[in-house]
Amino acid sequence: MTDTPPLPKAAGSLLELDARTRRRNAAETRFRLYGIAAVAFSLSILFVMLFTIFSDGVQSFRQASITFDVTLDPERLDPEGNRNPEEMADVTTIGYGNLLSDQLSAYMVARGISTEGVSARDLNAMISRDGPGSLRAQVLADPTMLGQTIRFTTYASGRIDGYMKGRVTRDTAARDTNISVEQLDLADRMIEAGILTAAFNWEFLTRPDASDQRPEVAGLGVAILGSAYMMGLVLLMVLPLGVAASIYLEEFAPKNRFTDLIEVNISNLAAVPSIVYGILGLAVFINYAQFPRSSALVGALVLTLMTLPTIIIATRASLRAVPPSIREAALGIGASKMQTVFHHVLPLATPGILTGTILGLASALGETAPLLLIGMVAFVGTYPASPLDGGILDPATALPVQVYAWASRSDPAFIERSSGAIIVLLAFLLIMNLVVILLRRRFERRW
Amino acid sequence: MSIAILLSAILTLSALAFVVSRQRAVASAGGNLRALHSRPAMYGWFGALSAGVPALLALAAWLIVQPLLIERDLRGMFPESVQADASALTLAMEDVRRVASGLDQAVAQGMMTAEGAQDLTGQPEAVRQLLAEIGVALAADVSPEVLAAAQDYRQMAHDGALWRTALVLALAVAGLIAAAALTTRDFRARNHVERVILLILMLASSVAVLTTVGIVLSMLTEAGRFFGMYPIQDFLFGLTWNPQFRGNSTFGLLPLLWGTLYISLVALLVAVPLGVFSAIYLSEYASARVRSIIKPLIEVIAGIPTVVFGLFALVTVGPFLRDVIARPLSLGDSGSSVMTAGIVIGILNIPFVASLADDIMNAVPQSLRDASLGLGATRSETIRQVVVPAALPGIVGAILLAGSRAIGETMIVTMGAGAAAAIDVNPFVAMTTITVKIVGALTGDTAFDSPETLVAFALGMTLFVLTLGLNVFALYIVRKYREQYE
Repeated sequence: MTDTPPLPKAAGSLLELDARTRRRNAAETRFRLYGIAAVAFSLSILFVMLFTIFSDGVQSFRQASITFDVTLDPERLDPEGNRNPEEMADVTTIGYGNLLSDQLSAYMVARGISTEGVSARDLNAMISRDGPGSLRAQVLADPTMLGQTIRFTTYASGRIDGYMKGRVTRDTAARDTNISVEQLDLADRMIEAGILTAAFNWEFLTRPDASDQRPEVAGLGVAILGSAYMMGLVLLMVLPLGVAASIYLEEFAPKNRFTDLIEVNISNLAAVPSIVYGILGLAVFINYAQFPRSSALVGALVLTLMTLPTIIIATRASLRAVPPSIREAALGIGASKMQTVFHHVLPLATPGILTGTILGLASALGETAPLLLIGMVAFVGTYPASPLDGGILDPATALPVQVYAWASRSDPAFIERSSGAIIVLLAFLLIMNLVVILLRRRFERRW
Repeated sequence: MSIAILLSAILTLSALAFVVSRQRAVASAGGNLRALHSRPAMYGWFGALSAGVPALLALAAWLIVQPLLIERDLRGMFPESVQADASALTLAMEDVRRVASGLDQAVAQGMMTAEGAQDLTGQPEAVRQLLAEIGVALAADVSPEVLAAAQDYRQMAHDGALWRTALVLALAVAGLIAAAALTTRDFRARNHVERVILLILMLASSVAVLTTVGIVLSMLTEAGRFFGMYPIQDFLFGLTWNPQFRGNSTFGLLPLLWGTLYISLVALLVAVPLGVFSAIYLSEYASARVRSIIKPLIEVIAGIPTVVFGLFALVTVGPFLRDVIARPLSLGDSGSSVMTAGIVIGILNIPFVASLADDIMNAVPQSLRDASLGLGATRSETIRQVVVPAALPGIVGAILLAGSRAIGETMIVTMGAGAAAAIDVNPFVAMTTITVKIVGALTGDTAFDSPETLVAFALGMTLFVLTLGLNVFALYIVRKYREQYE
């Protein structure tokens, strides 16, 4: 018998935790809380970001407009009196602008609204600069309108619009040279009289971009078209290319130096910063091949090269998921390797390939940096032609680029438009992701 | 014949070849399809491929080679001084192309006859006026040699197009006839078609290699031109970045590199703790239900375009940091700063780090956890002393990849970091990065002959090497220290 050391004395009841256990349990709780805090923080940032952008962006879907009666004075709009559009074109938009502000002033006086403290020039500044232009176009298209009194609706200028949405306040107006407190007072009276109203703004989705001075008429039309052209072209190029490359690498490639090189290449390309693809596009497609700058074709080529690695990786994964028994069965009844792949493996892998492709397209849709380098950030005020008329070579912009272009302009009205463009962009991304989820639900198969 | 018409002619001939070959095959078997070596459609495909592929290849080769040959011939028409200077030659060639295409348009619009266009010699001013009328603006009057070269260019392009059409159509017809002649019941059509398809698949997979080659070559040649104008050691070790539009610029890389690395460091300080702890919570603590809700939500962050984060930095985070921290502590007065960009890039990278770390920790076998828990360790002790050490190489790899993404991030820094190149330790001042300067140098109308533009390619190369190095290093670490479990 040897002397056994005495057992440590029990500190107390088993039901009562000793100090060390309490410490360990506290550490456990803390550690768990760190994890919860990290998740909560990440998600709350996400919600804060989406909330700020949405609350700002929904404003761009509402637009203030002014409605009043305009008497088209023939003396001023057609001094020659011949109703000849060519002679009438001598009256510039400035002339129409003056007519509009005079008429607005008269209209308000007639309805008992005082325009006190607001000069004719200031009143003119409350009407969008787009108003005179569109009235001029209407009149030149139909000279018989002259002499009539028409009900004319035009957008209010960006500052008045901002006032109705709460972006411009009396405090900011006092510091702003573009708008005065008196104009805001007048705007209040106009709102009361129902001359100045705000309504849903479809034109935000259809109009082309507008110059710095006219944020109220800037729209996403060209950007949406440009993005649609590019996505169509990317799909046409990346899907055959990606599927062909994946089939070769997954089903046919022998194990040798060349295929190793391709594999390493693809995984590296997937991690190359997107702006590098922009440099490649600029040097190869624009500088060397002389494709037109800012065109949807060059944008699509760059985005194709950029998304190709991701699509190859996704496609290979879904080809790999087709069990070998399918291949063996097909080969066993005498199909060639090529027939096995194209008749059996590929159809079974299609849902996976489609979801991978849509996700790749979604990332291409949101990509901005490479498009800046190939000139898609340039101001484009005209719609590209239809794809059949060579519209893919016309200058265009893309949704994310429009977001950037508007965000870098000084007028805060453009920041609001920028957030609005993000809402449209995110809506498209959401739709694409929903399609992916539905496809997965519908076709998911476990072997 | 325009290229579109030529292409449709080739397609028509291919379709014809498909029908002819298929019919001949079926006829040679006397209508008994089982006597054929391959399925009837295979003979058709063989015909279509042999009519279409050589013709298309010849067309592509012609389109690439012809401009090169014409340019080489025209070079001799310019004076020695222009020929010696590469950029002057490029400009002159550009003028030639523009004048030639302008004359083509004039002829097409019926403003002059084809003979008239060749007959303009000696009246360069008239040419400029004429081109202005149809919307081709020229910077200066057309010099006589440019006009002469343009007329030769049109002549050669015209002749070339004729020869091209003849050659391509001849090839297509020859292919059709050859396919029809070869098609008999014993001809192994399928083997031939499959070989061509395999070749096409192989070509598709080498696009990835071509892309890399394209990236490296385009950046190497243009960066080489830049280093011809600006010494490489001044670029790599210069401490000032000061481009001037009138020339005499200094391009020191170090301020940009400092800004890039500083912002990436801030980004990692945000992304790594948040990402890793999120991953720990998701993989070790969360129930399956909670996980199935939270994981997709975190991944939503990864699906949001970076320009959205850029706007968030510009409009929300930047002013917030400026008003709450920088101004009260008098650290800076700018909304765009290292902190702004770094924090927002960090947020962008949270889901990236979290999902990689989550995958890696999930790969640690349950037996290790059970053993540790069985010895009496608490869950957090198990995680800290067993799971994380086992997953460490993977986590380090994920962190390096996140760093590489932060270095290459463009939109957030363009909108949130500022444009002033500075070396400073204060994170609340505006600094700039490599990517911002690439965007700055290459956006807008750019002429590829000034160092102010070409420097972008040298910067791009730096960026490419930096990110590629990090990626390769990350993969190396993951491979080398990966624990192998049974």
